[in-house]
Amino acid sequence: MLAVQAPVPVPNAINDVPENAPEHCPGTESELAGKSDACDGCANQEICASNTPKGPDPALPFIRERMSTVKRKILVLSGKGGVGKSTFTAQLGWAFASDEETQTGIMDVDICGPSIPTILGIASEQVHASSSGWSPVYVQDNLGVMSVGFMLPSAKDAVMWRGPKKNGIIAQFLKDVDWGVLDYLVIDTPPGTSDEHLSIVQFLKESGIDGAVVVTTPQEVALQDVRREIDFCRKVGIRVLGVVENMAGFVCPGCKTESQIFKPTTGGARRLAQDMGVEMLGSVPLDPRIGKSADYGVSFLDEYPDSPATTAYLDIIDRIKEILGDT
Amino acid sequence: MASTLDTPVARRLRLVKHIIIVCSGKGGVGKSSVSAQLALSLHASTPHARVGILDVDLTGPSIPRMLGVNGHGVHQSSDGWVPVYADGRDARLACMSVGFLLKKKDDSVVWRGPKKNAMIRQFLSDVRWGELDYLVIDTPPGTSDEHLSLLEHMAPVHERLSAVIVTTPQAVALMDAIKCLSFTRTVNLPVLGVVENMSGYVCPCCGEISNVFSTGGGQEMARQESIPFLGSLPVDTELVTLLDAAEPEEAPDAVESGEAGQRSFELLQRYQKTPSAALFKNIVDAVVRTLPRVEERLS
Ligand SMILES: Nc1ncnc2c1ncn2[C@@H]1O[C@H](COP(=O)(O)OP(=O)(O)OP(=O)(O)O)[C@@H](O)[C@H]1O
Ligand SMILES: Nc1ncnc2c1ncn2[C@@H]1O[C@H](COP(=O)(O)OP(=O)(O)OP(=O)(O)O)[C@@H](O)[C@H]1O
Ligand code: SF4
Ligand SMILES: [Mg+2]
Ligand SMILES: [Mg+2]
Repeated sequence: MLAVQAPVPVPNAINDVPENAPEHCPGTESELAGKSDACDGCANQEICASNTPKGPDPALPFIRERMSTVKRKILVLSGKGGVGKSTFTAQLGWAFASDEETQTGIMDVDICGPSIPTILGIASEQVHASSSGWSPVYVQDNLGVMSVGFMLPSAKDAVMWRGPKKNGIIAQFLKDVDWGVLDYLVIDTPPGTSDEHLSIVQFLKESGIDGAVVVTTPQEVALQDVRREIDFCRKVGIRVLGVVENMAGFVCPGCKTESQIFKPTTGGARRLAQDMGVEMLGSVPLDPRIGKSADYGVSFLDEYPDSPATTAYLDIIDRIKEILGDT
Repeated sequence: MASTLDTPVARRLRLVKHIIIVCSGKGGVGKSSVSAQLALSLHASTPHARVGILDVDLTGPSIPRMLGVNGHGVHQSSDGWVPVYADGRDARLACMSVGFLLKKKDDSVVWRGPKKNAMIRQFLSDVRWGELDYLVIDTPPGTSDEHLSLLEHMAPVHERLSAVIVTTPQAVALMDAIKCLSFTRTVNLPVLGVVENMSGYVCPCCGEISNVFSTGGGQEMARQESIPFLGSLPVDTELVTLLDAAEPEEAPDAVESGEAGQRSFELLQRYQKTPSAALFKNIVDAVVRTLPRVEERLS
């Protein structure tokens, strides 16, 4: 039943010319989208015109100003969902902030599924506005957080926003939040390579992103998305600091035997790092207490300082500092 | 709803009896693996069931790999795109995914909303789905462009839509699952029920059950929100391996259609040997039982 004909070259939507577009459509991703002569009368004109940044975004100078006092900006990324991006972001924030002198910020750009407030135990907090902007929610004196989660009337509410609205709030997070002087700003992202990712990269282009930490789990279903994420980083020119493998092995509390839940059927993160020429930062085991700590909003690093997972996290974080030249 | 609307999507889906959207809010809870298992189990539920699976996770498509058709391409016929059949010649398990359209499979797909919208419309209106008993739709995490576009384009067939919500037992996952439920309520999408995935893990060495990702949260959520609980699935390492490695070793070009068919048939057989398959059968029974009731409520 497989068709015998030659494969279609590449379907329409992949080139960014919608099927209903007129003949000379410049492409929905082009600078001229919605604005060229061909666009007159096209059904998509309004969307196209509203979705492409028209020249430099007016928010950019304000973002640049606000970000000028932020020393390091680190993205936590993964193409795959549920691999532990938010958990890692939180540990990174806590670890940086464990030094009283280090001013740390965490920005959650997962607009539809913000987990950061819960993981940091500040889910019931609200954002307050002051004359110098929205003030972040502080977990401790030197750890400020911003997330859409602080802005919802109820935690049950779904955030049903299309791209442009998500981009709008991300711009606000960067220009309207009173971050103050920060040594580190760690940015948690949603899975995939979509509006949030493009926006954060575009908005921070001038200020500069110091690098991305890519999180994965060991199985191929996750790795295949992570390869795409690294490809994305390369396309947009973000330095990949390295790959973190999470949920790598599980030690049974009963018999102490280690087993692999997400078996690295294709060599795991180590092999991926090798193949893609990026650094393998380390491997964090699966430990149910990590999930519990996240659910209760307490720091796993503080609660279980002697666990192998804590050692793994701290080694990875040290290495990240070293790569950034901050040790 | 606007069931009388005659759109290309409505025409294309005219012979599709039930459309089941699998969603979660949270990433990585098992939407794709539940979608794949749902498709396989529905396919196996009767000797003639015709099933389609549409992957609208445009930036992270997992379905091609999970159903052993990674690297296959989509073909054009005079009557639209021909889906890839995971069961080969039998042609009772039709798949469509962005994964089939990429030149290089590791290429990132970096699209903003309008482009996603156009792609989803094409998936619904240009694919030769034919006659289907069930169309399972795997969605990306969140409640954003893909979901809104999907619902928008399927408005003319709204009375045939329903949703399955997948979650894992942890609080952070449940929070997003509840957001997802709010979404279904806002868009008036009936919910067949909740599946609690990765609930408990049996140590292969000593048999002790560890709640690696906690347990019971999905069931509790179903109770509190008064929606059906479809069942829980424990952590199944055989399933991970199956869904991971279900890829032909050879370059897809070298695989003849007959061989691909046998291979995937083998996939179903292998799936049926996993511990998950037996448990999933109950979930599918519950889904099939609930479908008519849920759809009736709407019309
Ligand atoms: N090493 C680990 N061991 C056990 N559980 C973990 C581990 N790392 C993360 N978790 C748990 O796994 C779940 C997913 O983690 P998390 O929410 O950080 O992933 P994510 O990549 O941010 O997900 P999303 O794609 O939805 O944003 C959470 O419940 C978290 O507590
Ligand atoms: N019951 C289970 N036991 C063990 N592993 C599972 C189980 N269900 C799913 N998995 C594995 O967990 C990983 C995540 O599952 P899956 O890809 O289906 O999640 P998803 O919700 O579709 O993720 P995404 O949000 O990235 O689309 C996969 O590798 C899958 O094989
Ligand atoms: S508005 Fe212009 S860019 Fe957009 S689809 Fe139409 S012709 Fe193409
Ligand atoms: Mg997250
Ligand atoms: Mg998926």
